[in-house]
Amino acid sequence: MSENQNEPELGKEMNPKEYRYTQEHEWIYPEPKGKARIGITHYAQSQLGDIVFVDLPKSGDHVKQFEKMGEIETVKAVSDLFSPASGKVLKRNQAVLDDLAIVNRDPYGTGWLVRIELSQPAELEALMSSDQYGEFVAGLSPEASE
Amino acid sequence: MPSPYIPNTDHDRAAMLRDIGVDSVDQLFQDVPEPFRDVPFDLPPPLTELELREELRQLSRQNVSLDDYACFLGAGHYHHFIPSVVSHITGRSEFYTAYTPYQAEVSQGILQAIYEYQSLVCQLTGMEISNAGMYDGSSAAAEAALMACRLTGKKEIAVLSTVNPRYREVIGTYGSGQDIAIHELKPDFKELPDKCACFIVQQPNFFGYFEEVERYAGLAHSAGALFIVIFDPISLGLFQPPGSYGADIAVAEGQPLGNPVNFGGPGLGIFTCRQEHLRQMPGRIIGRTADVEGQPGYVLTMATREQHIRRERATSNICTNEALVALAATVYLAAMGKGGLRRVAELCYHKAHYVAEAINKLKRYSLAFKPPFFKEFIIRCPMSPEKVNRILRKEKIIGGLDVSHLVDNGMLLCVTEMNSRPEIDRLVSVLGAL
Amino acid sequence: MNRNKHYLLPDISRPGKVGCQLPELDVPEAKLPPQEFLRQELALPEVSETELVRYFTSLSRRNYGVDTGFYPLGSCTMKYNPKWHEDIARFPGFQSIHPCQPAETVPGALRLMFELQELLAEITGMDATSLAPMAGAQGELASLLMARAYHRSHGEKRRRKILVPDSAHGTNPATATMCGFEVNTIPSRSDGNLDLTSLTKLMNEEVAALTLTMPTTLGLFDPRIAEISTIVHERGGLLIGDGANLNSLLGRVKFGDLGFDCVQLNLHKTFSTPHGGGGPGSGPVCVRANLSSFLPAPIVSKSGKGYQLTTPSKSVGRLGAAGGNFGVMVKAYAYIRSLGAEGLKEVGENAVLNANYVKEKLKPYYHLPYDRTCMHEVVFSGKRQKAKGVSTLDIAKRLLDYGFHPPTIYFPLVVEEAIMIEPTETESKETLDAFIKAMVEIAREAEQNPELLHNAPHRTPVRRLDEVSAARKPDLRWEWK
Repeated sequence: MSENQNEPELGKEMNPKEYRYTQEHEWIYPEPKGKARIGITHYAQSQLGDIVFVDLPKSGDHVKQFEKMGEIETVKAVSDLFSPASGKVLKRNQAVLDDLAIVNRDPYGTGWLVRIELSQPAELEALMSSDQYGEFVAGLSPEASE
Repeated sequence: MPSPYIPNTDHDRAAMLRDIGVDSVDQLFQDVPEPFRDVPFDLPPPLTELELREELRQLSRQNVSLDDYACFLGAGHYHHFIPSVVSHITGRSEFYTAYTPYQAEVSQGILQAIYEYQSLVCQLTGMEISNAGMYDGSSAAAEAALMACRLTGKKEIAVLSTVNPRYREVIGTYGSGQDIAIHELKPDFKELPDKCACFIVQQPNFFGYFEEVERYAGLAHSAGALFIVIFDPISLGLFQPPGSYGADIAVAEGQPLGNPVNFGGPGLGIFTCRQEHLRQMPGRIIGRTADVEGQPGYVLTMATREQHIRRERATSNICTNEALVALAATVYLAAMGKGGLRRVAELCYHKAHYVAEAINKLKRYSLAFKPPFFKEFIIRCPMSPEKVNRILRKEKIIGGLDVSHLVDNGMLLCVTEMNSRPEIDRLVSVLGAL
Repeated sequence: MNRNKHYLLPDISRPGKVGCQLPELDVPEAKLPPQEFLRQELALPEVSETELVRYFTSLSRRNYGVDTGFYPLGSCTMKYNPKWHEDIARFPGFQSIHPCQPAETVPGALRLMFELQELLAEITGMDATSLAPMAGAQGELASLLMARAYHRSHGEKRRRKILVPDSAHGTNPATATMCGFEVNTIPSRSDGNLDLTSLTKLMNEEVAALTLTMPTTLGLFDPRIAEISTIVHERGGLLIGDGANLNSLLGRVKFGDLGFDCVQLNLHKTFSTPHGGGGPGSGPVCVRANLSSFLPAPIVSKSGKGYQLTTPSKSVGRLGAAGGNFGVMVKAYAYIRSLGAEGLKEVGENAVLNANYVKEKLKPYYHLPYDRTCMHEVVFSGKRQKAKGVSTLDIAKRLLDYGFHPPTIYFPLVVEEAIMIEPTETESKETLDAFIKAMVEIAREAEQNPELLHNAPHRTPVRRLDEVSAARKPDLRWEWK
C-alpha cells in the first residue's frame, strides 16, 4: 500500500478529526484492511523539542495497547512511546529514521512512525477523539492549546 | 589566621549579613536541629603552606621512588617516558581548574582536545569509536562486560585465566550487583560455555605473552558472545591492534600514555567499541558540530545514554571520569606521533628480550615460557622472589612482581625504554651474583 | 576573544615532523615475531613540539576554569584549587611510586592514606573509610554494594528496593540499577523537604536503603533528618548519604550524628582538588562500624609491622586495579591539614553566607521556589522569564557574554527551568556583586530585548552550538587511513 494514500493534508490540521489519540500523546489513524498508522501529536513534538533519535519496534514485532513500544530522544530527555493499539508491526517509516526533523515538522503526515496490522480494532474506541484530545491538552497547561 | 582562599573580610561578611537580614552566620544554620548543629571535631591543628610543604616533602622521601631506583616492575602500571611537554600542557590552569564541559561555548579547549583523544585512540586501536575515558583499565573492562550483557541479554561472562587477576576481581565486583556469573577459562579450553555475553582476553596477557586472539575471536563469535580485548596501548606501536582481529570492545589502562604511575591512580580507562553499539557504550562522548555561524565546534553528545538523563536506565552511573589524564594521553600521542610510539614499543621489545636472554644464561635462572613476549616475561629464581627483591633493593633496583603462586619462585619482570643498558647490565649482574 | 582559525592535528601533520626524540637502541636487536603479528601502518599525526605546544596552548585559551573566573555550578563545589597542592603531588616520592611496590618501600604513601582515612572519618562522624572509589559515582556504587552485602549477611534477601528522592542526582538511581535494585521515588514537598508520609508508606522490609543527599540537591537542610533516620532504621533499612553537598556542613555537622550509616565524599568538590575538565576525582566512602567489614578493597591498616594494604573481611571487592586515586588524595590531605577544624568551619560558614547573599539579592528578579534559608547553594526557577519566552538555557548562554560561567541548569528536575547557584567560599563579595549585577541585567534584557538572549552567546570563541545535529548525526572522531 502506498504511503501517500489516505494521508491528511500536510501540517494543516491541528489534531486531525479522523485520528484517535492517547493520553501519552500518540495518535493512530485507521487505514483500510485492518491496518493503522501511528505517530506522535503536535503537542508532543512541541513539548519535546528537536527529536534526535527514535527507537521503534521492527517489522514483525508485536505491540500491545498502552504498553511501551519504543523511545523518543531529544538532546536532553528520553520519552517512552506507547502503542495506541495492539497488533503486528508491518513497517517503520524509513524517511523519518533518515531525517528525524520530519517528525517535528509534520507529525501527523509524513512524520508517521510505524504502520501496524490491528489485532483488535475495537480497542480504538477506548481512545480519545480529536475534540476530546484537544480538551485534554488544554487542561494540561494554559499555553498548550495555541 | 585569615585564609588566602577566603577573600571575604569581616567587613564584607557584616555587610552581607545585613543584606540577608540576620545577625550572625549561626542563624543560617537554623534548619539543622540543635544537637547536631555545632559539634566539636578532633582534627590536627592547621599548618601553613611553609610548614606543611616541608612535612610532606619528608613524608614523600620515605618512599622509594622510580626516580631514584631502577624499575623492573610492571604488572598493569608502567614506568614509561613522559615528555615534559605533557605536564606543561596539563598544568595550564584553564584546563585543570575547569569542570565537565556542560557549557560548550566556553569549554572548546577541553572538548576539542578530547575529540582528538577519541580520534587518536581509534587510530591506535583500529576500533570505530571511543568514549572520553573511564576511571581505569579494570573498571573499563568491567563496564565492557556489563555492556555485553545489556547487548546480548545474557548474564554470564567468560574470562581467560591469563587476564590480570585484579581486573578479574573488579569485573567480579561490578558483576556482583546483578548476579552475573563469571567463568574463568584456561587457554586450552575447547568451547565457550553456553549463554556467555562475552569472552574477555588480555593481549599481551598479564604475563607479557601473546594469546591466539584470532582463534579466540572466532570461538567467541560462534558462541554468540562479544569478544572483549584488554590491550597494552604501548604495544600497539608495533603489534596488530584489536580492531584488526575481531574485537567488539577493546579497553586498556591508559596510564602508560604520558602519565606517571602515581601509586596506581589516577589512571585512565580507554574504552572503544563498534559504531553499531554506540548507544550502549557507557561514559561521556564528545561530538563535532557547528555553531549558528557555521564555525566548527565540539559538544558533549549522546547524553541520553547517561545517568543525568536516563537515571535508572542509564548505561552506567559514571559522571566525573579522568579528563585531565585523557588530555595528557592526547598530548603524549601527538608528541610521539607515528614514529615515536613505534620506537618506544621497539625499545621495550628489544630491551626486554635482551634481558630475558641474559638472565636465561645465568646458572640458576630460567625463563618460564618461550619468547616472544612484549615487554614482560617470567623468570624462575634460585630463591623466593621476595628475597631476591630485598637484595635488589639494596642495589637500588626495584625487581619484578612475585608470581610464585603460579610458577615456582617466579618473578614477572618488566623492561621498558626507561631501562638503560647500564641499568640492565647491573640487574643481570646482581641477579647472577645471588 | 580569540577567533583563531579552527584546525585539528591532522591539519598540521606533515610526514617527517617529530614531536619528541628517543634514544638509539643500546642492546642487540632481538628477533621480531612473524609479519602477520606486526602492524603495517600506524596512522598517527606527525607534528613538531613547537606546533604541538602552540596548538594546545590555543586550546587552553578557549577554556574557562575556576582560575579564569566565577564558576557557580551548583552541586559541583567549584572552589579555588590551592596551587601548592599541585606542587606536592608532583614530589617524586608521591608521583613516581608503583602500586605493586612492597609496603615497606612506600611507608610515607601508606601513612598519608591511613591518616586521610582517619581524617575523613572524623569529619563525617563515621568509624571507617575506604579511599578506593575513584569518583563519587564509584563511591555510590560501593555504598549500594555494601547495603546489599549487609542485608544478605543478615539473611535478608527480600530487600530489593532502594528509595531515592525525586530531587536526587541521576547517579543515585543509575547506581541502584547497577546493583540490581529497583528504584522507588519519594516526592519532595512544596517546602523542599522530603514527603515523610510517602517515605513512611514506601519504607518497608523490602527496602534496603534510602539514599539521601544532605543538604539536598535543592540546597536545603531537611530539619526532620532525625525522623527520616528513625523511619528508615525502624524498618531495618540503611540510611546512605550522598556527600556531594558536604561543603556547607564542614566543621559543624557530622553525618554520623544525623543517622547516616555510610556516606560517599567527593575530594574534587569539598576538598579542593581540581576538577580537571571532567576528572580525575576521588570518591572515598565512610561508614559506621556496622558496615566496616564490607568496605571496598583495599584499605590501609596499621599494625606493629607498620602500614599495610588489606582487604576487609567481607569486602564487596575491588573497584580498581590499585587503591584509588592517590594523586588526588595527596591534595585533599594537604587541604585538611592546612585548615584544621576551625578552618573547615570557616569554609562551611562562608559558603553558606555567600549562597544566602546571592539568594536575597536575586530574589526580586527570579522566581525562588523555596523561600527559606538555603545552605551552600540556592535554586531559582527561570519560569518568570519562561512565561515571556526566555528559557533558562537562554539566560545561561547570555551569562557567558558577561564573562561568567553559568550555574547548573535544569537540575534538580523537580524545579521547572532550574538554575542552581553554588558560589563557594572562595569567592569575594565583589565577584558576587558583579554576578548579581549581570543576572539583574539579564532579567531586564529578558523583558525588553529577548532576542539578545535567544541568540546568546555573542562574545565567546564559538557561538551557540548545534547540539541537535551532533546527536542526530554523530561525528565522534576524525579518521585517517
